[in-house]
Amino acid sequence: MNQPVPLPSTREPGSVRLVLSLALAGLISGIAIIGVYEATLPTITANKARELREAVFKVLPGVARMQRLEFIEGSLQPTEGGAVNDQTLYGGYTSNGDLVGYAIPADGPGFQDTIRLLYGYLPKERKIVGMEILESRETPGLGDKIYKDLVFVANFSNLVPDPEILTVKKGTRSAANEVDAITGATISSKAVVRIINEAHIRWQPRLPSVAPAMPLPDNETGPETGKPPREIR
Amino acid sequence: MIKKEPDLLIQATPMLRQEMTTPRAMLDVWIALIPVILAAVWFFGVGALLLLLTTIAGGLMTEWVFTPADKRRGVMRDNSSLLTGLLLGLTLPPGLPLWMAFLGGAAAIGLGKLIWGGLGSNLFNPALVGRAFLLGTFPIAMTTWSPAMGPGHFFEVQGSLFALPFQTPVYDAVSAATPLGLMKFEQQSTALSKLLIGNTSGSLGETSGLLLLLGGLFLLWRRDLDWRIPTAIFASAALFSGLLYLVNPVQFPGPLFTLFSGSLLFGAIYMATDPVTSPLSPRGAWIFGIGIGFLIVLIRGFGGLPEGVMYAILLMNGATPLIDRYTQPRVFGRQARSG
Amino acid sequence: METDKNLDAYQEFVKGLWRDNPVFVQVLGMCPMLAVTNSAINALVMGGATLFVLIGSSFLVASLKKWIPKQVRISLYIIIIATFVTVADYSLLALMPGVHKELGAFIPLIVANCMILGRQEAFASRHGVRFAVLDAAGMALGFTLALFALGSVREILGNGSLFNIPLFGDTFEPWVIMILPPGGFITLGLILLVFNWAAVRKQRFMQQVAEAERETL
Repeated sequence: MNQPVPLPSTREPGSVRLVLSLALAGLISGIAIIGVYEATLPTITANKARELREAVFKVLPGVARMQRLEFIEGSLQPTEGGAVNDQTLYGGYTSNGDLVGYAIPADGPGFQDTIRLLYGYLPKERKIVGMEILESRETPGLGDKIYKDLVFVANFSNLVPDPEILTVKKGTRSAANEVDAITGATISSKAVVRIINEAHIRWQPRLPSVAPAMPLPDNETGPETGKPPREIR
Repeated sequence: MIKKEPDLLIQATPMLRQEMTTPRAMLDVWIALIPVILAAVWFFGVGALLLLLTTIAGGLMTEWVFTPADKRRGVMRDNSSLLTGLLLGLTLPPGLPLWMAFLGGAAAIGLGKLIWGGLGSNLFNPALVGRAFLLGTFPIAMTTWSPAMGPGHFFEVQGSLFALPFQTPVYDAVSAATPLGLMKFEQQSTALSKLLIGNTSGSLGETSGLLLLLGGLFLLWRRDLDWRIPTAIFASAALFSGLLYLVNPVQFPGPLFTLFSGSLLFGAIYMATDPVTSPLSPRGAWIFGIGIGFLIVLIRGFGGLPEGVMYAILLMNGATPLIDRYTQPRVFGRQARSG
Repeated sequence: METDKNLDAYQEFVKGLWRDNPVFVQVLGMCPMLAVTNSAINALVMGGATLFVLIGSSFLVASLKKWIPKQVRISLYIIIIATFVTVADYSLLALMPGVHKELGAFIPLIVANCMILGRQEAFASRHGVRFAVLDAAGMALGFTLALFALGSVREILGNGSLFNIPLFGDTFEPWVIMILPPGGFITLGLILLVFNWAAVRKQRFMQQVAEAERETL
């Protein structure tokens, strides 16, 4: 057989050379990573924004525009960018700029991990008109029915959250504030309801039914008016 | 001078592990279970018999396929697969489709026994491995309980049993919550007399408390059973559930309900006492049983599922090698081992 | 250059697919193997990302090996691998956000896939660029093949679909455990069983053939 061939450098190199080669590699790798990051960042941000827009339009039917709002010092004020916290929600407007309702993000513990969701709330009718799960790690095949089972999701398209939403056994929904639980995934269903109940208690007193005006000009166009502008590559 | 024999290996009983007596011991358990089987058929109709036969068939077939041809005769004749299949069958809900039961029998023998190297080498109780596999695989079918029927419906077999393979079963009757389910989700207790006789809903073999105890006494008389394990389970389950009951009598059931509901009796008498997967020394048996009782109360009281006997026993099965190691009796006349 | 003269390009490529398959034979890279194979598409994307990282780093390591001091080679390999992984991570996030969400932390964790570091140390750093890339491609494809085998079995049984196309209609009863981690272990164990069984059978067959030949000679 062949003799094992020694690695290229047989002489013991000085530590300066070792440090230099590592530093150089780190530098090149850093530059490469920054380059890729810069190149992909616009697409990533646009993807996230589009996902959010789609979710807002889904939970608030009939909405043409949206505006991010923040609850600051007792009133809702339009904001741009920044981190989403539990003071953030989204206002949905008609194309004339009249307020339709609010899309409220909420989260809480599910069966396995935190469930993040968005629900649409009409302040005038005091009604929930839609619910969309943004992020969850519920058991596939059971807990994930909270977004895969359209019958369950439909519970939230016409739901009165006062005095509080109750989870009832599947098929026994009788009042406007009741939700049919999913068979075999009672805990996940109850988690969704609990998250909404808690968010509702926090938000209900803060929401004016007339709402801050839609600032102009707006660039957040809805699905009816065509596709949102894509970023330039 | 006394001659020491340090090379002589002295072990706690049993000196003879299985081999000689396996088929006989298995036969005894079969005899002890006959009343339980009859009760299952009485309450749930001939469908119960079909389910039992299917799990046994699934187990035997797996055993046959995966055993080398020259060893088949010996392995098949020790009755252990028959018993595993039967025990698994008795823990299934009465309306489970037969194809699932067959799969469960195959998983019990395949994943619970053969993969470890056959009888005697398995760490976990094979029947419970099969049941855990089924519960993980078909969580809805495994928790859909059809109510106990009267003798008038004896020959009616539930349609869900005959669901085609890979198909979702369609149930004839409205499912009924088990006594444990009623307790956990609706804070409703069930009369003790019903639990003793067994006309409640639940797994095939777990409902009738009296018949299970009768079988246990038979096994005790035949000395097939380490009495310490069931005793420890009963005592610790009663103790811990009693404590919880004192704290909050609305949410937590009392000790009697705890003992006679669900599969506690069945698990304590027939599953936890499996000689392969339980500790050998008396002290180990006590620890093992107390652990199971505690875990049952813990899972029933605070877990997501109403019943926790299966996981409690499996967890303590997993701890058995450790228990054995630390409770090995000191050889008489020797110093305590240091370190 | 080491022993490249004795190497056969085709053999170096094919060995990763079956004979030295990183999963079934070397049992490497178990973490992504078990974690992300709950559907065929996840398995393929994971395999694709691994392919990109492995070919890229093998190529770089093989072409730079003269300048890599052996005392710090592992750190340099890791820097190279990590760079490619980060590139793959951002590209996936931009191009396939849905799949990226499902794969989650397992894309960054490709760095820790010992199969990749293993190929650098055992092959790329000792051979020419051409063979290093061929070896990397073969190994990564073998890995992808294994992921896909596991992923499709688990998706078919656990969800009744393949590439999200339902196979059995509405009344299919999913085997929930197959989608969950235990299903990964069970399926992998069964596949390894079949693999070893086939290997033993083949060996026995070859022995018989050799014996028969000896007798006839």
